[in-house]
Amino acid sequence: MKRLHLERLANPQLLALAGVLLINWLLFPNFFRITWQDGRLFGSLIDVINRGAPVAILAIGMTGVIATKGVDLSVGAIMAVCGAVAATMVVAGYPTPVAVIAALAVGLACGLWNGFLVAVLDIQPIIATLVLMVAGRGIAQLITEGSIVTFNDPALIFIGTGSFLGLPMAAVIALVLMVLVTFLVRRTAIGLFIQAIGVNRAAASLSGIRSRMLLMLVYALSGFCAAIAGIVVAADIRGADANNSGLWLELDAILAVVIGGTSLLGGRFSIPMAVVGALIIQAMNTGILVSGFRPEFNLIVKAGMIILILLIQSPLAGRLFTGRLVPAKAARK
Amino acid sequence: MKRSLRPLAATAVIFIIAYALSVLQFPSMLSTRVLGNFLTDNAFLGIAAVGMTFVIISGGIDLSVGAVIGFTGVLVAVLISWMGIHPLLAFAIALGVAGLFGAAMGLTIHFLNVPSFIVTLAGMFLARGGASVITQDSVPINHDFYGTVTGLIIRLPGGGRLSFIGLLMIAIFILGALLAHRTRFGSYVYALGGNEVSASLMGVPVARTTVQIYMLSSMLAALAGIVFSFYTSAGYPLAAVGVELDAISAVVIGGTLLTGGYGFVLGTFVGVMLLGLVQTYIIFDGTLSSWWTKIVIGVLLFLFIVLQRVIFAASTPGEKSPEKA
Repeated sequence: MKRLHLERLANPQLLALAGVLLINWLLFPNFFRITWQDGRLFGSLIDVINRGAPVAILAIGMTGVIATKGVDLSVGAIMAVCGAVAATMVVAGYPTPVAVIAALAVGLACGLWNGFLVAVLDIQPIIATLVLMVAGRGIAQLITEGSIVTFNDPALIFIGTGSFLGLPMAAVIALVLMVLVTFLVRRTAIGLFIQAIGVNRAAASLSGIRSRMLLMLVYALSGFCAAIAGIVVAADIRGADANNSGLWLELDAILAVVIGGTSLLGGRFSIPMAVVGALIIQAMNTGILVSGFRPEFNLIVKAGMIILILLIQSPLAGRLFTGRLVPAKAARK
Repeated sequence: MKRSLRPLAATAVIFIIAYALSVLQFPSMLSTRVLGNFLTDNAFLGIAAVGMTFVIISGGIDLSVGAVIGFTGVLVAVLISWMGIHPLLAFAIALGVAGLFGAAMGLTIHFLNVPSFIVTLAGMFLARGGASVITQDSVPINHDFYGTVTGLIIRLPGGGRLSFIGLLMIAIFILGALLAHRTRFGSYVYALGGNEVSASLMGVPVARTTVQIYMLSSMLAALAGIVFSFYTSAGYPLAAVGVELDAISAVVIGGTLLTGGYGFVLGTFVGVMLLGLVQTYIIFDGTLSSWWTKIVIGVLLFLFIVLQRVIFAASTPGEKSPEKA
């Protein structure tokens, strides 16, 4: 039954992605041309996958959070912190694996902090993660001492710009992470528990689910994903920019998750579709750029997209489709 | 009643202690000059925060505030500098546009039954994108009216200046407090934040009130944008990025409960002043870098959220705490 559910969800998102790519192709005939050069693939399509990877990685963690009826606003700031940690440690002469593990650990710790506020102190997720969203960039600047820390460590740079089997490394990381997390939640009962918490946390707790532990886990995963995204972005530009790394990416990640059909009211979620959502956003970005529009149009298109999704998801539209215009009882709790 | 005033009292006490400590370290901070600048520098934030207070009391959130400030600045600058329209007419147009914008958000939130957070996020993208499409650059405003208004200051003994925009902020706070605590609309807002279903059962016009709340927030954000244009004499599409976060922080620090149904407009004033104090202290200190501002605001935010939790002890998990006053 779960499988059937997934397949039903799959269609609109993949159709939307195909539609956006098709429009891009009409605007820019060479869009689908992929060439093999210097041992890796090149082309606009590969570019979409590569540029979309950080948001896709964030969206993987964000899906879990939103499925529990929460939201994580701090991922952009965590990206900045973790990028700063990795960059400064590499510059200070630590071996790359140590720097990367330290950055991942910091991301995990940030996620656990959010989880602690939400699960143990029972604070509204928007506000709990707002604390780190505001303070995080300050902490990142504290780590980089206000400057952009640049580095030349080949191993770290490889994470951002290297390639694996011809595919950009960032995309490979996103793909592996997606598969791992999807297996973790769909092949075990964790996914079911997460949905149960999203639908009704009190009922889930009463039925014996350790909701505190699971909430901590979900926010920790979000922090961990943000750390990976932060490292990828820092490695891509060979520097940690505390001010701009991951700026507003939390909003893109939320948008990707929502496009992916995950309900903001909790309970229904799909990680692969959130990744497709991230690709849709990036395909539109690229489309606007290659067609010569100013990048600012992006914001307006994104706003339009949110409104469209809200319309489709709204109970009003559901009633229109089913032809029952009698208002249902107050659906919002 | 005493219990319910505790968060406000806590904020006020913390502000007084923090200010006293700052004055002990830098005696010159206790001057009318610094106090006057407090008001002038935070005028736009304060005005936006009044609107945010209403939104949060009603149980929602408005992420579009900063973008509306930026958009209004650009709109006003373009109307005045490029089209030669008189500033007062430009202000009226800007407020009208913002009112429609807020009404659209309110209607969407109510009739599509979606979280305010995602709707105002779309509003934020729309306003910021709209501003950037109008112009990419900073548009300067050189109009005599601007000179006249910035020249309107009350000199205080000790070299301080009470600027027009500082006084305007105080006026907005007083009006906001009256609106929240002395009018029918104010009671509706509190009722909505307490529990929307019971509010509608008690006869609160939920749709109208929701639309009015977001109109109020957007129009106050537009007023903040106008004030910001007085402050900088220009309109810039990327102005006031992230002000919504400062406004939310000020509201929370001012003792308003984020789950809605409880809060004070005047508490927000203390919250704004506390944020201003942090910034002023860091400027006075000179050795602390500006990023400490963000960390301190984050820590304050955390402290106040925990404080609220302690005062309004949590009820069953996953449920709004129903206590009120």
